[in-house]
Amino acid sequence: MQPAPFLQIKDIVKDYDGHRAVDHVSIDIAKGEVFALLGSSGCGKTTLLRMLAGFETPTSGTIELAGHDLAGLPPYERPLNMMFQSYALFPHLTVWDNIAFGLRRAKMPADEMGQRVEAMLKLVQLGAYAKRKPHQLSGGQQQRVALARSLAKKPQLLLLDEPLGALDKKLREETQIELAHIIEDVGVTCVMVTHDQEEAMTMASRIAVMSQGRLLQVGAPGEIYETPANRFVADFIGNVNLMDGRLVEDQPGHVVVDCADCRHYIGHGITGTLGMPVTVALRPEKIRIGKSAPEAVDGVPDPAFNRVKGTVRELSYFGSFTVYHLALPSGAVLKVSQSNTERERSGQPTWGDEAWASWSTLAPVVLTS
Amino acid sequence: MTAPTVRGRLRRGRAAVIAVPYLWLLVFFLLPFLVVMKISVSEMDGVAFQDVIRLQDGTVAFNLKFANYLLLLQDDLYFSTYLSSLKYAAVTTFACLFIGYPFAYFMARARPTLQPALLMLVMLPFWTSFLLRVYAWKGLLTENGWAAKAIHAIGLDQVLATLALIPAPGQLMNTPFSLVLGMTYTYLPFMILPLYSNLSKMDLRLLEAAGDLGANAWVAFWTVTVPLSRAGIIAGSMLVFIPCVGEYVIPELLGGPQTQMIGRTLWDEFFSNNDWPMACAVAVTMVLLIIVPLAVFSRYQAESTERRR
Repeated sequence: MQPAPFLQIKDIVKDYDGHRAVDHVSIDIAKGEVFALLGSSGCGKTTLLRMLAGFETPTSGTIELAGHDLAGLPPYERPLNMMFQSYALFPHLTVWDNIAFGLRRAKMPADEMGQRVEAMLKLVQLGAYAKRKPHQLSGGQQQRVALARSLAKKPQLLLLDEPLGALDKKLREETQIELAHIIEDVGVTCVMVTHDQEEAMTMASRIAVMSQGRLLQVGAPGEIYETPANRFVADFIGNVNLMDGRLVEDQPGHVVVDCADCRHYIGHGITGTLGMPVTVALRPEKIRIGKSAPEAVDGVPDPAFNRVKGTVRELSYFGSFTVYHLALPSGAVLKVSQSNTERERSGQPTWGDEAWASWSTLAPVVLTS
Repeated sequence: MTAPTVRGRLRRGRAAVIAVPYLWLLVFFLLPFLVVMKISVSEMDGVAFQDVIRLQDGTVAFNLKFANYLLLLQDDLYFSTYLSSLKYAAVTTFACLFIGYPFAYFMARARPTLQPALLMLVMLPFWTSFLLRVYAWKGLLTENGWAAKAIHAIGLDQVLATLALIPAPGQLMNTPFSLVLGMTYTYLPFMILPLYSNLSKMDLRLLEAAGDLGANAWVAFWTVTVPLSRAGIIAGSMLVFIPCVGEYVIPELLGGPQTQMIGRTLWDEFFSNNDWPMACAVAVTMVLLIIVPLAVFSRYQAESTERRR
């Protein structure tokens, strides 16, 4: 028998005067997992997090942590802590006192508290800053104080609200890895909210994509990226070419989809009826581009499939890769990204060139919703 | 080329804007105060003051009379008057803080659409004359006044009599009680407004953070809200305390023989005793008494500005 999940969110609904912020969301999270709620602003992810913390009360549904229903417990009695967006550090207290705040409320003996705070300062490498006030710290340091404060009470569950949102891009990348390491070291179960897919992908073991209060897909970062459940998820996570078409052949091992500019031979089966409208999602980095017609492509039985000819309309050089915008006969644009594995390569198409794009049978995904 | 000129013009403009109020204070506060200081150490020569500094036979002669200040220290009456001024001002400040803090707190937490109306209500008393409002209390507190009846009805006059704030139940006017009541009533808005402006700016997520870390609402109030509103508490207290120390009108109208305050003494020295040097010494001492807490306050303000930066 499967052990009961550590955190069980069961059929949660939250209404704000007529507007449904969270719509029948159920998630099971295992002990030790780092779980990310990903979505654009207003998708209900923050409301869901605030219900876990106890700042909001669900309209219906239950939340159970380690088998105990959290309903009716005020925030100050819940065995979890939250790291707030832009940190909410107490400006009148030193770093030391900020970290000790929760321990004082728990009436921890002074010597034990001292040890605990010192251990936390060491964990986030801020020992030298214990006497400073928050305004005397950089953004990255404030973020670490906030983390130390939320871990000091050894919470069963750690909630992170946009943990890196207040940092600039460069610092964010460094801090992301550091934060992931600390959370892993401590081994705390973690639910984070973010609108940044990169942040979710690097830090979380599983991601839930939310939109308009609903849960669209839950899965590991690779699953969400490679096999999105629907158009929204495919479009929201990373770059994608979406092509509308019709299902013309449906076999256990493959399907064929007819689109305006090309025919797709796709190496996975779906459940559907012939002739139904479907969408083919194709990631730009899974497409090859060349000036001449490609020879046989992996797994494609016939040159009629998985290739298209177009004109290079845009070309953006990003250093490590180049993105081509290929204008197709129907007027649609196909984005192709090519990694620049060598310093100079001849035979690459440039502005105005006619070029061929091709992809393997494993590259596209058929979406039915 | 143009940058320094623009900056120079900007600096001159800024200096001019700052200079106007400073010039005003210089002419209408500092110079008169220096005159008052001079009079306080002058010898009377009939009805005229003698010069403090005189040039005589090529020597500069100072003629400073500190007898008035010595008298201030020696005479129990002055000392006890100062003390009672400070005491009533302090009691009034505490009363204003005690009433004003919850008021400002709930005003700052009220619905944003409601706040302007609440703010208006606090300032509404300013629309009628201060003198009228204080005078009205005389009517309310006399034996048959509404306030007096209400206080009697709930038995508060018994309590006040036991605390020796009024001589006997039923006699509310011209007592320490009526004085503090009048001053608290008059100065309450000066406590509420800075507190409100401070509390309404507070980041409410800090209270959530406190809650998350195990503080219930009461603990969060004392460990987060109150320390963060310290600047507001100090500003409000100063705005109440300082004018209360030198208050003349309210003690005159509502106070009694027990409540001798320094404003009253000043009046007596100037207009009853006609002893201007003595009166000036009393005034200078009062200003110095007030300047000390003010200096502490402005230092704290500077510190907290520094912190915010």
